[in-house]
Amino acid sequence: MKSSVIVFPGSNCDRDIAVALEKMQFKNQMVWHKETSLPKSDLIVVPGGFSYGDYLRSGAIAGKSLIIREVVKAANSGCLILGICNGFQILTETGLLKGTLLRNKKLKFINKDVHIKTMNNDTKFSNKYKKDQILKINIAHNEGNYFTDTKHLEELNKENLIIFKYCDEKGVVNDNSNPNGSLENIAGIMNSNKNILGMMPHPERMVDDLVSNKDGINLFSSLIN
Amino acid sequence: MKFSVTVTLKKDVLDPQGKVVQNTLVNMGMNNLKNVRQGKHFEIEINENDHLVAEKKVDEMCKKLLVNLIIEDYKINKIQ
Repeated sequence: MKSSVIVFPGSNCDRDIAVALEKMQFKNQMVWHKETSLPKSDLIVVPGGFSYGDYLRSGAIAGKSLIIREVVKAANSGCLILGICNGFQILTETGLLKGTLLRNKKLKFINKDVHIKTMNNDTKFSNKYKKDQILKINIAHNEGNYFTDTKHLEELNKENLIIFKYCDEKGVVNDNSNPNGSLENIAGIMNSNKNILGMMPHPERMVDDLVSNKDGINLFSSLIN
Repeated sequence: MKFSVTVTLKKDVLDPQGKVVQNTLVNMGMNNLKNVRQGKHFEIEINENDHLVAEKKVDEMCKKLLVNLIIEDYKINKIQ
C-alpha cells in the first residue's frame, strides 16, 4: 500500500502518522502543500496540527491550498482519505466531508485521553475493530465540536456513517462522556461513498505501548486488510 | 472602494464566547442586557468603480472563503 501525508506550515502530527504508517509497512511519502501533483497513493492522510496558524477558521486556508485541489480530485476518484484533527477540519472546509467543527463547548483546549466507541466496523478504516469496541485515544483540540444540519445528521445515522462516538470507559454515550459538545457525541464520520474518514481523536498517537497504548493501531491495520 | 464585512454565527448555532461576554456584562451590572453575539469584522478595499460589480466580488469572497455558510451569516456594507 502506498500512502501520502500532506504537510502544511503548522502541521505537527505528520511525523507521527508517518511512523504509524511505516510500522504497518506502508510505502509513505510526505507531500508539501505547495506541490501541484500527488504521488500515486492508495491512502492520503491530512494530519493534525495548526495549519496556517488556524487563521480565519481552523482548516480554512489549508482547504484552499494548491495540493488540496489534487486531494479533492483523488477523493472523488475513490482514493482513501484520512483526516485527523486539523485534517478533519480541513476536509470539512473543502466540502469532502459535510458539517463543521465548532469551538469546544466549554471554550477550552482539551488535551487528554478519552474513550471512543466503534459504532461501525464494516468500513475500510475500522474492520479490524469489533463492533462497539471501546478505545482509549488521545484528543488535543480547541475546535472539535462537530455540528451539521438535521438533514445530514439523519443521513449519517441512516447510512451508518458515524464511525466513532465519545463514550466513558464502560461505553456509555451521553453528555457526561462528551468532551467538547459534539452533536450526538460524534468523534468521527465518513462520507456516503465510504472512502473518506474524518476524526478528531489521534489514533497515530496510540500505536506503541512505550508511549501510550496500541488502541489506534488497528485503524492502520484495517487499511491493509 | 471599501467595504466592511461582518460575520456572525447563525442564530441557532451556540455562541459560547458571546454567552460568556453576556454573562460578564450582566455580572458587571448591565441588567437590561438581552443578548450578545460575537463575530468577525473584515475591511476590504477593492479596485473597482462600479458599486454593484464591487459588491458582487466581495459577496463572492464571502461565499468562497471568508464565511462558513453552514454556521455563519454575513453582512456587507460599503464604507467608502
